[in-house]
Amino acid sequence: MVELTLPKNSKVTQGKVWPRHKGAKREREFRIYRWNPDDGKNPRVDIYYVDLDESGPMLLDALIWIKSYIDPTLTFRRSCREGVCGSCAMNIDGVNTLACTRTMDEVKSEAVRIYPLPHMPVVKDLIPDLTNFYAQYASIEPWLKTKTPVPQKEWKQSHQDREKLDGLYECILCACCSTSCPSYWWNSDRYLGPAALLQAQRWIVDSRDEGTGERLDNLEDPFRLYRCHTIMNCTKACPKGLNPAKAIAEIKKKMVERQV
Amino acid sequence: MAETKAPARPLSPHLQIYRPMLTMMMSIVHRITGAGLYFGMLLLAWWLIAAAAGPNSYAKFQWFMETLIGRLVLFGFTWTLIHHMLGGVRHLIWDTGRGFGPVEREWLTLAGLIGSIGLTILIWIVGYLALGGVQ
Repeated sequence: MVELTLPKNSKVTQGKVWPRHKGAKREREFRIYRWNPDDGKNPRVDIYYVDLDESGPMLLDALIWIKSYIDPTLTFRRSCREGVCGSCAMNIDGVNTLACTRTMDEVKSEAVRIYPLPHMPVVKDLIPDLTNFYAQYASIEPWLKTKTPVPQKEWKQSHQDREKLDGLYECILCACCSTSCPSYWWNSDRYLGPAALLQAQRWIVDSRDEGTGERLDNLEDPFRLYRCHTIMNCTKACPKGLNPAKAIAEIKKKMVERQV
Repeated sequence: MAETKAPARPLSPHLQIYRPMLTMMMSIVHRITGAGLYFGMLLLAWWLIAAAAGPNSYAKFQWFMETLIGRLVLFGFTWTLIHHMLGGVRHLIWDTGRGFGPVEREWLTLAGLIGSIGLTILIWIVGYLALGGVQ
Protein backbone atom coordinates (compact mmCIF):
# COMPACT_ATOMS: atom_id res chain seq x y z
CA MET A 1 0.00 0.00 0.00
CA VAL A 2 1.07 3.56 -0.63
CA GLU A 3 2.47 5.04 2.55
CA LEU A 4 4.23 8.31 2.00
CA THR A 5 5.71 8.65 5.48
CA LEU A 6 7.92 6.36 7.51
CA PRO A 7 6.59 4.29 10.44
CA LYS A 8 7.29 5.62 13.91
CA ASN A 9 10.27 3.35 14.62
CA SER A 10 11.86 4.32 11.30
CA LYS A 11 11.86 8.10 11.57
CA VAL A 12 15.41 9.32 11.11
CA THR A 13 16.90 11.47 13.87
CA GLN A 14 20.00 13.62 14.00
CA GLY A 15 23.08 11.63 14.92
CA LYS A 16 26.51 12.61 16.12
CA VAL A 17 29.35 14.41 14.42
CA TRP A 18 32.45 12.22 14.44
CA PRO A 19 35.83 13.80 15.11
CA ARG A 20 37.90 14.88 12.12
CA HIS A 21 41.08 13.08 11.13
CA LYS A 22 44.17 14.75 12.54
CA GLY A 23 46.15 16.76 10.02
CA ALA A 24 43.61 16.41 7.23
CA LYS A 25 43.95 19.13 4.62
CA ARG A 26 41.29 18.22 2.08
CA GLU A 27 38.07 16.83 3.53
CA ARG A 28 34.66 15.71 2.32
CA GLU A 29 31.59 15.60 4.52
CA PHE A 30 29.66 12.31 4.63
CA ARG A 31 26.15 12.00 6.09
CA ILE A 32 25.47 8.34 6.69
CA TYR A 33 22.35 6.53 7.88
CA ARG A 34 22.93 4.49 11.04
CA TRP A 35 20.75 2.02 12.86
CA ASN A 36 21.87 -0.26 15.62
CA PRO A 37 19.54 -3.18 16.40
CA ASP A 38 20.96 -3.41 19.94
CA ASP A 39 20.40 0.06 21.39
CA GLY A 40 16.62 0.32 20.94
CA LYS A 41 16.84 3.77 19.36
CA ASN A 42 15.53 5.16 16.09
CA PRO A 43 17.79 5.40 13.02
CA ARG A 44 20.01 8.46 12.85
CA VAL A 45 22.29 10.25 10.41
CA ASP A 46 25.91 10.58 11.53
CA ILE A 47 28.36 13.05 10.07
CA TYR A 48 31.90 12.02 9.15
CA TYR A 49 34.77 13.87 7.52
CA VAL A 50 36.85 11.85 5.07
CA ASP A 51 40.47 12.81 4.53
CA LEU A 52 40.70 12.94 0.74
CA ASP A 53 44.50 12.61 0.79
CA GLU A 54 44.26 9.36 2.76
CA SER A 55 41.20 7.69 1.26
CA GLY A 56 40.93 6.11 -2.18
CA PRO A 57 38.81 7.86 -4.83
CA MET A 58 35.74 5.61 -4.85
CA LEU A 59 32.78 5.97 -2.49
CA LEU A 60 33.45 2.47 -1.20
CA ASP A 61 37.04 3.52 -0.47
CA ALA A 62 35.67 6.38 1.64
CA LEU A 63 33.37 4.04 3.58
CA ILE A 64 36.22 1.62 4.22
CA TRP A 65 38.42 4.53 5.26
CA ILE A 66 35.79 5.68 7.76
CA LYS A 67 35.47 2.15 9.12
CA SER A 68 39.25 1.79 9.42
CA TYR A 69 40.15 5.15 10.91
CA ILE A 70 37.07 6.85 12.39
CA ASP A 71 34.30 4.44 13.35
CA PRO A 72 34.78 0.66 13.27
CA THR A 73 31.08 0.10 14.04
CA LEU A 74 29.94 1.47 10.66
CA THR A 75 28.36 -1.54 8.94
CA PHE A 76 27.94 -2.19 5.22
CA ARG A 77 28.26 -5.03 2.74
CA ARG A 78 31.12 -5.10 0.26
CA SER A 79 33.17 -7.71 -1.50
CA CYS A 80 34.55 -7.48 -5.04
CA ARG A 81 35.09 -3.69 -5.20
CA GLU A 82 34.68 -3.76 -8.98
CA GLY A 83 30.95 -3.86 -9.72
CA VAL A 84 30.64 -7.61 -10.13
CA CYS A 85 29.20 -8.85 -6.85
CA GLY A 86 26.52 -6.22 -6.19
CA SER A 87 27.07 -6.25 -2.42
CA CYS A 88 27.68 -2.55 -1.88
CA ALA A 89 24.40 -1.37 -3.44
CA MET A 90 23.10 1.63 -1.52
CA ASN A 91 21.41 4.97 -1.99
CA ILE A 92 24.06 7.61 -2.63
CA ASP A 93 23.16 11.24 -3.25
CA GLY A 94 19.53 10.25 -3.78
CA VAL A 95 20.07 7.50 -6.35
CA ASN A 96 20.66 3.78 -5.91
CA THR A 97 24.08 2.68 -7.10
CA LEU A 98 27.14 0.62 -6.22
CA ALA A 99 29.53 2.39 -3.87
CA CYS A 100 32.50 0.66 -5.50
CA THR A 101 32.03 1.87 -9.08
CA ARG A 102 31.16 5.48 -8.23
CA THR A 103 33.78 8.08 -7.50
CA MET A 104 33.41 10.74 -4.84
CA ASP A 105 33.85 13.34 -7.58
CA GLU A 106 30.66 12.15 -9.27
CA VAL A 107 28.62 13.33 -6.30
CA LYS A 108 27.98 16.97 -7.05
CA SER A 109 26.36 18.06 -3.78
CA GLU A 110 28.73 19.22 -1.09
CA ALA A 111 27.99 16.53 1.48
CA VAL A 112 27.76 12.91 0.38
CA ARG A 113 24.47 11.45 1.67
CA ILE A 114 24.37 7.69 2.02
CA TYR A 115 21.31 5.63 2.94
CA PRO A 116 20.52 1.95 2.67
CA LEU A 117 18.51 0.81 -0.38
CA PRO A 118 15.09 2.52 -0.05
CA HIS A 119 11.95 1.07 1.50
CA MET A 120 13.62 -2.07 2.83
CA PRO A 121 13.79 -3.53 6.33
CA VAL A 122 17.16 -2.54 7.77
CA VAL A 123 19.35 -5.21 9.39
CA LYS A 124 21.99 -2.71 10.52
CA ASP A 125 23.26 0.65 9.19
CA LEU A 126 23.53 0.31 5.40
CA ILE A 127 22.49 -3.34 5.25
CA PRO A 128 18.98 -4.08 4.00
CA ASP A 129 17.20 -7.40 4.42
CA LEU A 130 17.01 -8.88 0.90
CA THR A 131 15.13 -12.08 1.80
CA ASN A 132 11.98 -11.11 -0.11
CA PHE A 133 14.06 -9.90 -3.07
CA TYR A 134 15.80 -13.25 -3.38
CA ALA A 135 12.53 -15.15 -2.95
CA GLN A 136 11.09 -13.16 -5.85
CA TYR A 137 14.10 -14.08 -7.97
CA ALA A 138 13.57 -17.75 -7.11
CA SER A 139 9.89 -17.46 -8.05
CA ILE A 140 10.70 -16.77 -11.71
CA GLU A 141 12.56 -20.13 -11.79
CA PRO A 142 15.91 -18.86 -13.08
CA TRP A 143 17.12 -22.03 -14.73
CA LEU A 144 16.90 -23.72 -18.11
CA LYS A 145 13.62 -25.58 -18.47
CA THR A 146 13.49 -28.18 -21.23
CA LYS A 147 11.19 -30.98 -22.35
CA THR A 148 13.20 -32.51 -25.19
CA PRO A 149 15.76 -35.18 -24.20
CA VAL A 150 19.10 -33.86 -23.00
CA PRO A 151 21.58 -33.75 -25.92
CA GLN A 152 24.82 -35.77 -25.89
CA LYS A 153 26.91 -32.62 -25.52
CA GLU A 154 25.71 -29.08 -24.84
CA TRP A 155 22.43 -27.29 -25.63
CA LYS A 156 23.35 -25.44 -28.79
CA GLN A 157 22.60 -21.81 -29.47
CA SER A 158 23.30 -19.71 -32.57
CA HIS A 159 25.29 -16.50 -32.29
CA GLN A 160 22.15 -14.51 -33.12
CA ASP A 161 20.13 -16.21 -30.40
CA ARG A 162 22.95 -15.75 -27.93
CA GLU A 163 22.98 -12.02 -28.69
CA LYS A 164 19.38 -11.79 -27.48
CA LEU A 165 20.66 -12.36 -23.95
CA ASP A 166 22.91 -9.31 -24.09
CA GLY A 167 21.66 -6.61 -21.76
CA LEU A 168 19.94 -9.24 -19.61
CA TYR A 169 22.51 -11.81 -18.48
CA GLU A 170 24.81 -9.12 -17.05
CA CYS A 171 22.44 -8.46 -14.14
CA ILE A 172 24.23 -8.97 -10.80
CA LEU A 173 21.09 -8.84 -8.63
CA CYS A 174 22.33 -5.89 -6.59
CA ALA A 175 18.70 -4.74 -6.06
CA CYS A 176 19.44 -1.12 -7.06
CA CYS A 177 16.61 -1.19 -9.60
CA SER A 178 13.88 -2.88 -7.58
CA THR A 179 14.42 -0.68 -4.55
CA SER A 180 14.37 2.48 -6.69
CA CYS A 181 10.88 1.69 -7.96
CA PRO A 182 7.93 3.41 -6.24
CA SER A 183 5.64 0.61 -7.42
CA TYR A 184 7.95 -1.85 -5.66
CA TRP A 185 7.98 0.34 -2.53
CA TRP A 186 4.20 0.16 -2.25
CA ASN A 187 3.63 -3.39 -3.47
CA SER A 188 6.78 -5.46 -2.94
CA ASP A 189 4.63 -8.16 -1.34
CA ARG A 190 2.93 -8.85 -4.66
CA TYR A 191 4.85 -7.02 -7.42
CA LEU A 192 7.99 -8.88 -8.48
CA GLY A 193 9.97 -5.71 -9.23
CA PRO A 194 12.33 -4.84 -12.10
CA ALA A 195 15.23 -7.15 -11.16
CA ALA A 196 13.16 -10.35 -11.01
CA LEU A 197 11.26 -9.36 -14.16
CA LEU A 198 14.44 -8.61 -16.11
CA GLN A 199 15.65 -12.06 -15.09
CA ALA A 200 12.31 -13.53 -16.17
CA GLN A 201 12.81 -11.95 -19.59
CA ARG A 202 16.35 -13.37 -19.68
CA TRP A 203 14.86 -16.90 -19.60
CA ILE A 204 11.86 -16.09 -21.77
CA VAL A 205 14.07 -14.99 -24.69
CA ASP A 206 16.59 -17.81 -24.24
CA SER A 207 16.30 -19.89 -27.43
CA ARG A 208 17.20 -23.08 -25.51
CA ASP A 209 14.44 -22.65 -22.94
CA GLU A 210 11.22 -24.57 -23.56
CA GLY A 211 9.19 -23.22 -20.66
CA THR A 212 8.16 -19.88 -22.18
CA GLY A 213 4.43 -20.60 -21.94
CA GLU A 214 4.45 -21.48 -18.25
CA ARG A 215 6.83 -18.61 -17.51
CA LEU A 216 4.34 -16.17 -19.06
CA ASP A 217 1.45 -17.88 -17.24
CA ASN A 218 3.28 -17.34 -13.98
CA LEU A 219 3.64 -13.61 -14.70
CA GLU A 220 0.12 -13.00 -16.04
CA ASP A 221 -1.14 -11.27 -12.94
CA PRO A 222 -2.30 -7.72 -12.15
CA PHE A 223 0.44 -7.36 -9.56
CA ARG A 224 3.38 -9.63 -10.38
CA LEU A 225 4.01 -8.03 -13.79
CA TYR A 226 1.52 -5.25 -14.37
CA ARG A 227 2.39 -3.10 -11.36
CA CYS A 228 5.14 -1.75 -13.58
CA HIS A 229 4.00 1.72 -14.64
CA THR A 230 7.11 2.58 -16.66
CA ILE A 231 8.38 5.05 -14.09
CA MET A 232 11.95 4.25 -15.25
CA ASN A 233 13.71 4.78 -11.93
CA CYS A 234 14.99 1.22 -12.38
CA THR A 235 16.74 1.87 -15.68
CA LYS A 236 18.19 5.15 -14.44
CA ALA A 237 19.57 3.46 -11.33
CA CYS A 238 21.07 0.29 -12.86
CA PRO A 239 24.83 0.45 -12.21
CA LYS A 240 25.42 -2.05 -15.03
CA GLY A 241 23.62 0.14 -17.57
CA LEU A 242 20.86 -2.42 -18.19
CA ASN A 243 17.28 -1.52 -19.05
CA PRO A 244 14.77 -3.36 -16.83
CA ALA A 245 11.95 -1.03 -17.95
CA LYS A 246 12.45 -2.17 -21.54
CA ALA A 247 12.73 -5.83 -20.51
CA ILE A 248 9.38 -5.55 -18.71
CA ALA A 249 7.83 -3.84 -21.75
CA GLU A 250 9.01 -6.79 -23.86
CA ILE A 251 7.30 -9.23 -21.49
CA LYS A 252 4.08 -7.19 -21.63
CA LYS A 253 4.35 -7.27 -25.42
CA LYS A 254 4.74 -11.07 -25.38
CA MET A 255 1.59 -11.29 -23.26
CA VAL A 256 -0.37 -9.42 -25.93
CA GLU A 257 1.22 -11.28 -28.83
CA ARG A 258 0.22 -14.67 -27.51
CA GLN A 259 -3.41 -13.51 -27.21
CA VAL A 260 -3.70 -12.55 -30.87
CA MET B 1 20.24 -20.79 24.75
CA ALA B 2 18.54 -17.69 26.05
CA GLU B 3 15.73 -16.34 23.89
CA THR B 4 16.55 -12.93 22.54
CA LYS B 5 13.81 -10.99 20.86
CA ALA B 6 14.97 -9.31 17.68
CA PRO B 7 13.90 -5.66 17.55
CA ALA B 8 11.47 -4.62 14.82
CA ARG B 9 13.50 -3.58 11.82
CA PRO B 10 13.05 -0.01 10.68
CA LEU B 11 12.02 0.75 7.11
CA SER B 12 14.72 2.59 5.20
CA PRO B 13 13.78 6.07 3.90
CA HIS B 14 12.35 6.14 0.37
CA LEU B 15 10.37 9.10 -1.05
CA GLN B 16 12.04 11.30 1.55
CA ILE B 17 15.50 10.75 0.11
CA TYR B 18 15.11 9.64 -3.52
CA ARG B 19 16.18 12.25 -6.04
CA PRO B 20 13.16 13.47 -8.01
CA MET B 21 13.63 12.66 -11.67
CA LEU B 22 11.61 13.77 -14.67
CA THR B 23 10.06 10.41 -15.61
CA MET B 24 9.24 9.68 -11.96
CA MET B 25 7.66 13.08 -11.36
CA MET B 26 5.66 12.87 -14.58
CA SER B 27 4.43 9.43 -13.59
CA ILE B 28 3.13 10.95 -10.36
CA VAL B 29 1.53 13.82 -12.31
CA HIS B 30 -0.08 11.28 -14.66
CA ARG B 31 -1.68 9.63 -11.62
CA ILE B 32 -2.85 12.94 -10.16
CA THR B 33 -4.31 14.15 -13.46
CA GLY B 34 -6.01 10.78 -13.87
CA ALA B 35 -7.69 11.22 -10.50
CA GLY B 36 -8.44 14.87 -11.33
CA LEU B 37 -10.35 13.82 -14.42
CA TYR B 38 -12.99 12.20 -12.20
CA PHE B 39 -13.80 15.68 -10.93
CA GLY B 40 -13.66 16.96 -14.48
CA MET B 41 -16.27 14.38 -15.44
CA LEU B 42 -18.53 15.76 -12.67
CA LEU B 43 -18.17 19.14 -14.36
CA LEU B 44 -19.13 17.61 -17.69
CA ALA B 45 -22.08 15.83 -16.07
CA TRP B 46 -23.22 19.10 -14.51
CA TRP B 47 -23.09 20.77 -17.91
CA LEU B 48 -25.17 18.03 -19.57
CA ILE B 49 -27.69 17.83 -16.72
CA ALA B 50 -28.03 21.62 -16.66
CA ALA B 51 -28.60 21.67 -20.41
CA ALA B 52 -31.25 18.97 -20.11
CA ALA B 53 -32.96 20.54 -17.11
CA GLY B 54 -33.88 23.76 -18.86
CA PRO B 55 -32.82 27.40 -19.30
CA ASN B 56 -32.83 28.28 -15.60
CA SER B 57 -30.38 25.63 -14.47
CA TYR B 58 -28.27 26.17 -17.58
CA ALA B 59 -28.05 29.87 -16.76
CA LYS B 60 -26.69 28.95 -13.33
CA PHE B 61 -24.03 26.73 -14.90
CA GLN B 62 -23.13 29.46 -17.33
CA TRP B 63 -22.92 32.04 -14.59
CA PHE B 64 -20.48 29.87 -12.62
CA MET B 65 -18.32 29.13 -15.62
CA GLU B 66 -18.02 32.80 -16.43
CA THR B 67 -16.68 33.71 -12.99
CA LEU B 68 -12.92 33.83 -12.62
CA ILE B 69 -12.97 30.70 -10.46
CA GLY B 70 -15.11 28.91 -13.01
CA ARG B 71 -12.72 29.78 -15.79
CA LEU B 72 -9.73 28.69 -13.74
CA VAL B 73 -11.40 25.36 -13.00
CA LEU B 74 -12.18 24.87 -16.66
CA PHE B 75 -8.65 25.86 -17.66
CA GLY B 76 -7.28 23.37 -15.12
CA PHE B 77 -9.60 20.68 -16.45
CA THR B 78 -8.43 21.35 -20.00
CA TRP B 79 -4.79 20.97 -19.01
CA THR B 80 -5.51 17.88 -16.91
CA LEU B 81 -7.29 16.25 -19.82
CA ILE B 82 -4.62 17.09 -22.39
CA HIS B 83 -1.78 16.16 -20.07
CA HIS B 84 -3.32 12.81 -19.22
CA MET B 85 -4.06 12.15 -22.87
CA LEU B 86 -0.48 12.87 -23.97
CA GLY B 87 0.73 10.73 -21.06
CA GLY B 88 -1.44 7.95 -22.41
CA VAL B 89 0.10 8.33 -25.87
CA ARG B 90 3.56 8.18 -24.29
CA HIS B 91 2.69 4.98 -22.47
CA LEU B 92 1.28 3.56 -25.70
CA ILE B 93 4.63 4.17 -27.40
CA TRP B 94 6.46 2.58 -24.47
CA ASP B 95 4.11 -0.41 -24.60
CA THR B 96 5.37 -1.14 -28.12
CA GLY B 97 8.88 -1.46 -26.68
CA ARG B 98 10.08 1.80 -28.21
CA GLY B 99 11.42 4.97 -26.63
CA PHE B 100 13.39 3.42 -23.75
CA GLY B 101 16.78 4.90 -24.63
CA PRO B 102 18.34 7.51 -22.35
CA VAL B 103 17.57 10.33 -24.82
CA GLU B 104 14.18 9.16 -26.10
CA ARG B 105 12.60 8.55 -22.70
CA GLU B 106 13.49 12.04 -21.46
CA TRP B 107 12.45 13.63 -24.74
CA LEU B 108 9.09 11.84 -24.76
CA THR B 109 8.40 12.84 -21.19
CA LEU B 110 9.38 16.47 -21.69
CA ALA B 111 7.36 16.60 -24.91
CA GLY B 112 4.30 15.50 -22.92
CA LEU B 113 4.77 18.30 -20.43
CA ILE B 114 5.50 21.07 -22.92
CA GLY B 115 2.91 19.74 -25.36
CA SER B 116 0.16 19.72 -22.74
CA ILE B 117 0.83 23.31 -21.71
CA GLY B 118 1.08 24.47 -25.34
CA LEU B 119 -2.05 22.65 -26.46
CA THR B 120 -4.07 23.91 -23.50
CA ILE B 121 -3.16 27.51 -24.26
CA LEU B 122 -3.90 26.94 -27.95
CA ILE B 123 -7.34 25.49 -27.19
CA TRP B 124 -8.18 28.51 -25.06
CA ILE B 125 -6.99 30.97 -27.66
CA VAL B 126 -9.06 29.20 -30.31
CA GLY B 127 -12.00 29.04 -27.90
CA TYR B 128 -11.89 32.78 -27.14
CA LEU B 129 -11.42 33.60 -30.82
CA ALA B 130 -14.53 31.55 -31.61
CA LEU B 131 -16.40 33.51 -28.96
CA GLY B 132 -15.15 36.74 -30.45
CA GLY B 133 -12.59 37.71 -27.81
CA VAL B 134 -12.41 37.73 -24.01
CA GLN B 135 -15.71 38.77 -22.46
